[in-house]
Amino acid sequence: MAVEFLLNGKHMSFDGDPDTPLLWVIRDHAGLTGTKYGCGIAQCGACTVHLDGKNRRSCVTPIDTVAGKTVTTIEGVSGPIAEAVQKAWVAIDVPQCGFCQSGQVMSAIGLLAQKPRPTDADIDAGMAGNICRCATYVRIRQAIKDAAAGAKVSA
Amino acid sequence: MTALATDRRQFLAGSGLVLGLALPMRGARAMAPAGPTFAPNAFVRVLPDNSVSVVIKHVEFGQGPATGLATIVADEMDADWEQMRIEFAPANDPLYKNLMFGTMGTGGSTAMANSWLQMRNAGAAARAMLVAAAAKTWGVPASEIKVVKGVVSHGARKASFGDLAATAATMPVPDKPVLKTPDQWTLIGTDVPKIDSLIKSTGAAQFTMDIKRPNMVVSVIQHPPAFGGKVKAVDDKAALAVPGVVAVKAIPQGVVVYAKDTYAAMKGRNALNVDWDLSQAETRSTETMLRDYLAQAANPGTQCEANGDAAKALAGAAKTIEATYVFPFLAHAPMEPMDAVIEPKTGGADFWCGSQFQVGDTRAVAGVLGVPFEGMTLHEQYAGGSFGRRATPDMGHAVESAQAVKALGGTQAVKHMWTRENDITGGRYRPLMVHKVRGGIDAKGAIVAIDAITTGQSFMIGTPFFDAKEPFDDAMVEGLTKSAYGFPNLRVGVNVTKNGVPTLWWRSVGNTHTAYVMETFLDRLIELGKQDPIQARLALMKEERAKTVLKRVAELAGGLTAKSGRARGVAFHKSFGSFVAQIAEVSVGADGLPKVHKVWAAIDCGVPINPNVMRAQVEGGIGYGLGHALYAEITLGEGGVVQQSNFDTYRSLRIGEMPDVEVAIIKSTADPTGIGEPGLPPAAPAVANAWRRLTGKVVDRLPFAHPSNLAALGGKA
Repeated sequence: MAVEFLLNGKHMSFDGDPDTPLLWVIRDHAGLTGTKYGCGIAQCGACTVHLDGKNRRSCVTPIDTVAGKTVTTIEGVSGPIAEAVQKAWVAIDVPQCGFCQSGQVMSAIGLLAQKPRPTDADIDAGMAGNICRCATYVRIRQAIKDAAAGAKVSA
Repeated sequence: MTALATDRRQFLAGSGLVLGLALPMRGARAMAPAGPTFAPNAFVRVLPDNSVSVVIKHVEFGQGPATGLATIVADEMDADWEQMRIEFAPANDPLYKNLMFGTMGTGGSTAMANSWLQMRNAGAAARAMLVAAAAKTWGVPASEIKVVKGVVSHGARKASFGDLAATAATMPVPDKPVLKTPDQWTLIGTDVPKIDSLIKSTGAAQFTMDIKRPNMVVSVIQHPPAFGGKVKAVDDKAALAVPGVVAVKAIPQGVVVYAKDTYAAMKGRNALNVDWDLSQAETRSTETMLRDYLAQAANPGTQCEANGDAAKALAGAAKTIEATYVFPFLAHAPMEPMDAVIEPKTGGADFWCGSQFQVGDTRAVAGVLGVPFEGMTLHEQYAGGSFGRRATPDMGHAVESAQAVKALGGTQAVKHMWTRENDITGGRYRPLMVHKVRGGIDAKGAIVAIDAITTGQSFMIGTPFFDAKEPFDDAMVEGLTKSAYGFPNLRVGVNVTKNGVPTLWWRSVGNTHTAYVMETFLDRLIELGKQDPIQARLALMKEERAKTVLKRVAELAGGLTAKSGRARGVAFHKSFGSFVAQIAEVSVGADGLPKVHKVWAAIDCGVPINPNVMRAQVEGGIGYGLGHALYAEITLGEGGVVQQSNFDTYRSLRIGEMPDVEVAIIKSTADPTGIGEPGLPPAAPAVANAWRRLTGKVVDRLPFAHPSNLAALGGKA
């Protein structure tokens, strides 16, 4: 039976192998490649999307668990927090190779949605699941603070 | 970082980029549109929309060459940064070879160093032709024409590069264009915004993994469980029964499963049943290898460098110490696992890859497919990290990918993709290395001699990258050899071991271990002689640029005194022609391992082209160096099976473990060298020196988290 859900605001139906994780439905079937594969076991966070607005590692999310839910990827993320985060990311040139950054940006948006004024400890905890092998962490931390200061977030 | 952020905001104010980020321009920037109207040379294209595209001959995997090379061209052209675009070069050695390699390639922190004059000449020639075109159009002397931020003017007359492109294309190409003097630079030396930050922050940047071609299948591979193993027999029934799997083929590198999508291919691979022939495989465990290495390390080895008489000086020294260091195998683990897309066509193939050896990889694919190199088209992609991994002397991944295409019949497009497990278990590691070092001081505490013997594998000998006339492989000992320090008596020796585990250069190459040996051992000798760690190093240094960075970092950090419960350590290392000194401040973390609070760095890598990119590379180099020194190792169990397989067992640095980093850049006038690698080598020894001064514990077996250290440290992680 096909799994139906909202992907970036559009209706999506998937009737392939029900074992397929959400990541591969997004990348191979919906053709949205901003969400990355990095480990396949929820260790690196490159595949982070928002499931009903919350951070989710799509590589270990069974497709049937998203039935009737809302999935947002880096291509569809929007709103003042997302804009503040992406603006902060560009302003201090966070990315190096860039491959993990979709996941970093999505996790940061998810973090700020939960904690509009994160402490250093909040940032470390909230971003602990996202590996950056280029080690852009100093700038990720700074960009999240800049975004928190810049976003007109209604707490 | 606060200062950086403020500077950047000021730089961006009014530039249009911030305003443009309201996301309608998502992905619109960076990559150039097709259709040049003025291409004065192989590197510069002025396009109909007045954008200027720079052809980037180096792979962009995060070290910033795309921005750097475009900056050099833009400055010589007096272009506006907002009009700059990039495109990646095709596989063409005559036009795009690395001038230090003789073939297209990126490595050894040479991207800026080899391109510096080439890019300046390319930009200056383009500018001269645009000026000549304006002079002709307006009937005025070229000497009276100004170019500022992409606007060519004479009095009230103004024209854009795009306006002048057609006429400029008819102007003679200058033989020796006049280059700017440093005081005329407007972009070089400034924090020009990186050209690809926007597309990399919005998911728009395209990597090889994102390529999809008509009728393409995805393939994944099962490699042998030990290095050197071969396929004996394959039971593919269960794999072929997986929905979406279209074929299973054995190739020399392993068993390939092809499917209509990635997940089906992975699921099919899990269902494989392969009988392996391990008769020729490397089946030793790392502990067995280490015992063999330690036995061999007792030999003095081939002499690499010597001055004075180290043996005699050690015999006469007031005090001596000796140490045996062990460095583990390390995987590079770039975020994007190895991948390639190959689509055969009549007489050739299209090849999508974030290739680090563009011509070598493309030629390798052609060779396997049996098509002429001239029939190949490389579509160079952004690469999701490398740290050396994407450059292999045997073009291994290109060959494997082409074998996968050929085994399927050689007509269908294939995306051949490694999973993280392939990556971690796939070899090409930083080699396992052992160092035996002896050193001595005189009665006044001055260092009189160092004798250093390195033992391990050479990944250079036997490849085209090694000149067989050389008596030894300097990539094993670089950093101990050609040191910026002058010891009165020094001997560096090397023993080459045999090992079936494939190894490779890994960010900063031999310096990954030699800097740790030199700087921690030196620090122990300095402490033994009751000398000051900074003054004693300064006294030993032969090169002024080395002294300058060391003094600068001491000034930046405010010396080596830390607050209670913490300690600071210093380290210096010269690599790839660049000078880097660092001071690290540590305390004992909750897991019993060092908690690194901050690293101060001072660097001199010649003319600073983009200080912001340079700082980023030092931050990244420190993070990459520390993450591995603290946590990571690849081990082989009995039978030669790699015991790590993914980021759960091959531990990567995470954000809470990243220290603050503050970088001072020396305003050098020397020709630019590199900064992609030189930020790494001093980081781990600076931390180790701080740790020893804090806890009294010497860590000579890496990583810090190795069980033998943890027991000694009383840690529990």
